[in-house]
Amino acid sequence: MLTLGKQAAFQVLRWLAAGLVLLMVAACARPDPPFLLQDISGLMPALEFTLTNQDGRVVSADDFRGRVVLLYFGYTHCPDVCPTTLATLERALRSLGSGAASVRVLFVSVDPQRDTAAVLKPYVGSFGPEFVGLHGEDAALNAITRRYRVAYHREPPDAQGFYAVDHSSAVFVFDRAGKARLLAGAPASATAIGSDLRRLIAGD
Amino acid sequence: MLASLQYLLPWDFSPTVLAVCGLSAVLYVRGAAALGRNGIATAAWRSVAFFTGLTLGYVALQTYFDYLSQHMFWVHRLQHLVLHHIAPVLLVAAAPGQVLRQGLPRWARQRLVDPLARQGVLRHGLHVVQHPVIALVLFVGLIYFWLTPAVHFTAMLDADRYLLMNWSMALDGILFWWLMLARRQRQGGLAVGYGVRILVLCVAALLQILLGAYITLHDAVLYDVYGICGRAWAVSPAVDQQLGGLLTWIPPAMMSGLGVIVVLRLALHDSDRRRGRSAARAPGLPIAAP
Repeated sequence: MLTLGKQAAFQVLRWLAAGLVLLMVAACARPDPPFLLQDISGLMPALEFTLTNQDGRVVSADDFRGRVVLLYFGYTHCPDVCPTTLATLERALRSLGSGAASVRVLFVSVDPQRDTAAVLKPYVGSFGPEFVGLHGEDAALNAITRRYRVAYHREPPDAQGFYAVDHSSAVFVFDRAGKARLLAGAPASATAIGSDLRRLIAGD
Repeated sequence: MLASLQYLLPWDFSPTVLAVCGLSAVLYVRGAAALGRNGIATAAWRSVAFFTGLTLGYVALQTYFDYLSQHMFWVHRLQHLVLHHIAPVLLVAAAPGQVLRQGLPRWARQRLVDPLARQGVLRHGLHVVQHPVIALVLFVGLIYFWLTPAVHFTAMLDADRYLLMNWSMALDGILFWWLMLARRQRQGGLAVGYGVRILVLCVAALLQILLGAYITLHDAVLYDVYGICGRAWAVSPAVDQQLGGLLTWIPPAMMSGLGVIVVLRLALHDSDRRRGRSAARAPGLPIAAP
């Protein structure tokens, strides 16, 4: 009789303990801490495009499913902003170690006249194997710039035929499923980008 | 020629905008013709005001101008000046309610629009949003809301929020200016006294002046989304913001000033009529509440 009572009490204690543990877990399960970059989840459409890469091959968003994708618009003759941004992204990727293999940086040229595959290949190659140079006819380029509400504007050429192209400064970050997740403005640091990329690679 | 035509094509095609503008134009033409057959002429200036307002709204929403509005803060402010002030004032001045109603096919008028207009829910809802204080809060509140930097940022990135922003400005503009500028006898149960209208217009002007001055004189960049997504052409962020601030500051205040003049004229006209010294008026149209 006594042993039965002890057993019953034990059972009750066990259930109480289980309940307590569940409560503690629930208390700990706070929402995820915010990302360091600008969170744009639900604001922009999923990754979608068809362009030609630096090897002259036609590629689309499907070729990058399963990888975290950074989308940036620029041009190889860009004097300052593009190389600086790409160098920041390169440092962020190097901080990931082997994780960088799950990331692709898509550099979409807003100057397809000058940025042929032959020009793009050594340019993106200099930043690392994760960098992909993309170009396309105006129609294909406008489809993707319109989709991501990005503007570019070709200035009139100077006496030497050189011209500048004004363009967006944003880096759009897509998760492995191709969903638009983050936006890095020009002042974003390599550390911040690397930290958020690590979370997206882990499936956050 | 072809190259310039592309500027008239919609940047982000919206079937809703096309349907609303197209349908309004067709209804107006049909209605004016139907009234004409019954010997009721529609004043030419009213038709001009209606189609100018409609065209301005369409151009602001569905041409290359929309692209510029997405990529230049000051053009965005110009777009809202058209959607929230100029086009609605022209549409209200045209008082097109009766003409549009006549433009409907008989079945739509009898089975759809008239029963809908008698609906209690709709009328009560209109009574609430057209209370002068609520109308003022809505009119100025929408401007402040969409210009809150965080809200503005998401509205410029998200196509749906962008549409919501522009539609809310256009619809609220029509409601507000109708309440301010329509003749009392056309406002039915919603009629607002002229003194109250002048007070509302002055407060609206004051609040827009404050916001416009704040934006114009603010040193830091308030709306960084234009730099992030790229401007339509090379303009420094500071100049873009100052121009946008001035467009929020001065023309809307002038619209309020114009509104006060119109209201004073309406008041004068009404008091003349009460004294029975009214000049013989051209046969106007009895315009029902929308």
